[in-house]
Amino acid sequence: MTLEEEYFRDMLRIRRFEETVLEEFKRGVFSGTTHTSIGQEADAVGVIRQLLPDDIILTNHRCHGHFLAYGGDMRALFAELMGRQTGICGGRGGSQHIHYKNLYSNGVQGGIVPIAVGMALAEKQKKSEAAVVVFIGDGTLGEGVIYEAFNMASLWSAPLLIVVENNHIAQTTPTEYALAGDIRLRFQAFGIPALELDTSSVMEIAGNTFQLMREVHEDYAPRALILNTQRFGPHSKGDDTRSEQVVALLKEQRDPIILMEKQLSSDSVSSIRAEVEQQVKTAFETALADPVATMEGRP
Amino acid sequence: MKTTVLDSLNQGLMAALQADATVHLLGEDILDPYGGAFKVTRGCSTAFPERVIPTPISEAGLTGVTAGMALRGLRPVLEIMFGDFTTLIADQLINHISKFRWMYNDSVTLPLVIRTPMGGRRGYGPTHSQSLEKLFMGIPGLTVLAPANFSIDKHSPGSLLENSILNTDSPVLFIENKMQYLQPLLTAEILSDFDVELQYDPSDAEEQFPIYCLRIKGAPPAAVTISSYGFCAELARQAQLKLAFEEEIFSELIIPTRLSPFALQPLMESVARTGKCLLVEEGTRSLGWGAEVAALLAETLGDKLKQVKRLAALETPVPAAVSLEKSMLPQQEDIEALLRKMSA
Repeated sequence: MTLEEEYFRDMLRIRRFEETVLEEFKRGVFSGTTHTSIGQEADAVGVIRQLLPDDIILTNHRCHGHFLAYGGDMRALFAELMGRQTGICGGRGGSQHIHYKNLYSNGVQGGIVPIAVGMALAEKQKKSEAAVVVFIGDGTLGEGVIYEAFNMASLWSAPLLIVVENNHIAQTTPTEYALAGDIRLRFQAFGIPALELDTSSVMEIAGNTFQLMREVHEDYAPRALILNTQRFGPHSKGDDTRSEQVVALLKEQRDPIILMEKQLSSDSVSSIRAEVEQQVKTAFETALADPVATMEGRP
Repeated sequence: MKTTVLDSLNQGLMAALQADATVHLLGEDILDPYGGAFKVTRGCSTAFPERVIPTPISEAGLTGVTAGMALRGLRPVLEIMFGDFTTLIADQLINHISKFRWMYNDSVTLPLVIRTPMGGRRGYGPTHSQSLEKLFMGIPGLTVLAPANFSIDKHSPGSLLENSILNTDSPVLFIENKMQYLQPLLTAEILSDFDVELQYDPSDAEEQFPIYCLRIKGAPPAAVTISSYGFCAELARQAQLKLAFEEEIFSELIIPTRLSPFALQPLMESVARTGKCLLVEEGTRSLGWGAEVAALLAETLGDKLKQVKRLAALETPVPAAVSLEKSMLPQQEDIEALLRKMSA
């Protein structure tokens, strides 16, 4: 399999996982809440596939794609969302609170950024050479604690890549209603070099991230990557206030999967599609049959 | 010169830094020669320059940084200069630090200690004098400790701090009190008028969190049980001693060092004997530590509980004027007055 095919497969796995979650939510298979990343798959795959094995990921409420791109088990993620014992965290965390190997997520905006700085400093202190990537969205730019974290990351030269997935909408609020000034200049003010991309090409994101991560590792210092992207689905489940035409236009112009598909042979596309379809089906059905989480024997 | 509670805490920090190279101190103005606003970290940065990190004024961010360090194998200790500023770290404490272990299905540890001084009686006014620890009690996954002024057996304020830093894999909020700092450390020798018994909750198998039970030597059975922590516990001890010698009013004083989760047993046993309990705290009265302990006693003891009283701060901000502050915060005379009433 070529790298392009692998990235296509990884993005498709995220897409089909998220679509399955939204479809099955309506049927009551899942409970609570969830946040899907349909449309943003190139960010997850493009960035995370460039990490070294010991690198660390901090992610947020919209974390399924990051988990799957990191190599997390799809059945365990389905099971976590379904409240099964076999879930990533045994059903304790659910959709937005997961820990798997070196990936950590939490559901409150902003707080993970200083935690990422602390992790980066710990790895630096231990001389482990691991670096940290933290994913935030444009909405999180409203939280004050992240600016404390940017300051400390720069002040103490934390080996950290801050990725802003700017999908231009925070829940239902367009970015222009919530954000003053310039995103890149925010980082510049703290002495953190920042690169801004406006692309749905996973290969372009991958190539640029590779370079940035090399700088983070070699310079032992923070970098920022601003990814202008588009979310095609709702913030959560049924809370999209955008018109169908607006979303349809975004899909037409900015779908990373369609974009990648055009560059692959139709044979390999159909074989990958079939493989992913089978994977999702098996993972879903297995998780569905798994035992429900209980408090038995647990404090 | 007598050893103070401050000296003991300072020795605890030094011992922890010495014992384990993963221990790091962070905080505002903690470097020598200043050594922290209350001097608890004095000498640490000179002895361990690489592991004592002066920080910007970013309490919320700093608390997140310590969480990240702890999740990746270090043992960070964070000083929040005034307890009043813990409001700034509430999101990290409540939505991040206290939750990670449990919500990640016990797949991580978080060995971190956040130290902070609470309390008034120094005229610092509404935002530098509060006792806000009640806001952080009853949060699953967060242990709240308060040292007592004693150095008995293996336990002292410094050893409580040192053990928390070195031996705990869950987050600890360590509540100091500004008035405690300069008080002499009380040894069994100094406490010659008292029988001091150290008890432990059954859940504390390693005997990390002593519960001090003080009775006047040779006294008849006590009429009232008092419970308190921090500086107020010292006021209670003075009141206990004075009333025993001057008015033959005898009481037992129970001083816990772990406030949350709260261990009821030694207190409950004492109140089962006396039937009466006076709870003294420096924070405001409503919905606080005393309220919870009173509820626990009522639930557990039923008819055996004849009377319970709370003495706490009035429901106002802490005033700056000395005269106003004195009226607002519980005083030794207030404890004495209540003891007289309750023993009558």
